[in-house]
Amino acid sequence: MNIHEYQGKEILRKYGVAVPNGKVAFTVEEAVKASEELGTDISVVKAQIHAGGRGKAGGVKIAKNIEEVRTYADEILGKTLVTHQTGPEGKEVKRLLIEEGCDIKQEYYIGLVLDRATSRVTMMASEEGGTEIEEVAAETPEKIFKEVIDPITGLLPYQARRLAFNINIPEEYLSKAVKFMMGLYQVFVEKDCSIAEINPLVTTGDGEVLALDAKLNFDDNALFRQKDIVEYRDLEEEDEKEIEASKYDLSYIALDGNIGCMVNGAGLAMATMDIIKHYNGDPANFLDVGGGATAEKVTEAFKIILSDKNVKGIFVNIFGGIMKCDVIAEGVVQATKEVGLTIPLVVRLEGTNVDAGKKILADSGLNITPAESMADGAEQIVALVNEA
Amino acid sequence: MSVFINQDTKVLVQGITGSTALFHTKQMVEYGTKIVGGVTPKKGGTEVEGIPVFNTVQEAVENTGANASVIYVPAPFAADAIIEAVDAELDLVICITEHIPVMDMVKVKRYMEGKNTRLVGPNCPGVITPEECKIGIMPGYIHKKGHIGVVSRSGTLTYEAVHQLSEAGFGQSTAVGIGGDPVNGTDFIDVLKAFNEDPETEAVMMIGEIGGTAEEEAAEWVKANMTKPVIGFIGGRTAPPGKRMGHAGAIISGGKGTAEEKIKVMNNCGIKVAETPSVMGETVISVLEEKGLIEKCKTH
Repeated sequence: MNIHEYQGKEILRKYGVAVPNGKVAFTVEEAVKASEELGTDISVVKAQIHAGGRGKAGGVKIAKNIEEVRTYADEILGKTLVTHQTGPEGKEVKRLLIEEGCDIKQEYYIGLVLDRATSRVTMMASEEGGTEIEEVAAETPEKIFKEVIDPITGLLPYQARRLAFNINIPEEYLSKAVKFMMGLYQVFVEKDCSIAEINPLVTTGDGEVLALDAKLNFDDNALFRQKDIVEYRDLEEEDEKEIEASKYDLSYIALDGNIGCMVNGAGLAMATMDIIKHYNGDPANFLDVGGGATAEKVTEAFKIILSDKNVKGIFVNIFGGIMKCDVIAEGVVQATKEVGLTIPLVVRLEGTNVDAGKKILADSGLNITPAESMADGAEQIVALVNEA
Repeated sequence: MSVFINQDTKVLVQGITGSTALFHTKQMVEYGTKIVGGVTPKKGGTEVEGIPVFNTVQEAVENTGANASVIYVPAPFAADAIIEAVDAELDLVICITEHIPVMDMVKVKRYMEGKNTRLVGPNCPGVITPEECKIGIMPGYIHKKGHIGVVSRSGTLTYEAVHQLSEAGFGQSTAVGIGGDPVNGTDFIDVLKAFNEDPETEAVMMIGEIGGTAEEEAAEWVKANMTKPVIGFIGGRTAPPGKRMGHAGAIISGGKGTAEEKIKVMNNCGIKVAETPSVMGETVISVLEEKGLIEKCKTH
């Protein structure tokens, strides 16, 4: 789960991780009021969307007085920002963070992620602050320093010091930098983060070490014990179809193509997208109905697939293991009738009770094209969609 | 012979009284797996399906001589269940549960350092040695006894591969689902090592997917150590970056973990990679032909 920058900073503040003073604003008036309350000469007006690259897209402006705050807030609110992370359609700005300006001396990068090779949380740091870490990794990998953290001890002060020395944070900022890193690690483990990225971390003229930006992502599997994080969820930032799917415990991801897919199992669902592409088709989505697909789930899955207006055909690919093919077939028939399907539907069934399943589809009188194999199904749906 | 499990494996079911666990316990018993006991706190002293239930794993081990367990405990309690099984010194723990928080698994992995227990999973279909022992949730009947080892990060994709092999007359020595999570107990290399040493196994089908670098590391290991042919498949060539494709571990992040990169490294290490999921079986057979192993591997 993703949250906004201002929400991330609220969490950091609670853990004693230093961030600039700031307030969220939903309207121009709120923005002006927030700036007045901050009382600083310079305010920063920052668009709050769940995507990076806001600065380059014109979503971050420095205001030298209240009038400029008003002008920028008016300009950014309601604007659609297109960044390298939003896709070409962009994202509309509905919230702003109004933050005090600060006297930046130097910018750094600090990030925490899970290192899959060691199964441990790793802190990464670089003196190339403000640049995407992937870019630094590709161009100057020697400028990235890592500390692998033992979950028993947590991040140790000497590790934080070593990072600070390695990225050349001046000594007068050392103790504050160490405190910052220790706090950030605490947030990461206690809040079940999947990513915590501070880019840039800055040193200021008045001796502070601050998170100028904050990107916190959370492990969806741990949300059951992070009720306060769930409160931060902004549904407007998420794909409507993905939200709907999550209500029915369906794993759905929207893509750009025109062939809807319904599959059981994540691996098979990915492989189904691949095979459609192999036959020169274009998958419209990833959709895993899970092991216990019921008629209700299949119906909901169909509705979600069809709510994507680009979809010109559907390929159902089921390997019935524990899930019996006749049960799936009943679900497909019921769902087809209920949603009044008008576009081509190809169904490939394999596994337990496959013959009974195929018979149900054949006897239904519905316009369902049976497939003999995954490859056959993919070829057929691509041909049918191209004909249409 | 086989890897990890055989007809003598004595299995405990942790969380046996849950509905999913009960369903699969019946399936495992029907398959011939020796299920010797179950564990559910506060249900100790009762029986389900004629199987004695205990309050703790330790008590169950003392009373049944179990050497393996399978976990169906809900995600919030699963890490605790794994550690309880490791603490009772079982040889093998297979965790079916999905959606375990990553931070819990980081602790479990740390706890297991230096211990002798093997953990398979979590978020996996389990392990099956056809016609001997099935521990997990896979449909038993598609598997046939034979000489192809199968190791995979995905459940249904394993069934697909196994089904293609069985249909073509090539049985399997053991099929191991290592699971779709970013932190897991047993990795590709552990299973490849076991297959390399197993006299029953003649070739291995390895099924990976996007995310992480486990396939690349395994491929390098194969190149340096494996004496038997390995055939591969990678799911997710068309997956967009930055999106978790169902499995918690299936995500391309920072340009890392793409299917192209994995396939390239596997090819460079002498692993033939199936072009599409529907030719996984065919690709195995083509390699068996090249190596003159058809006679040896054709089982039915």
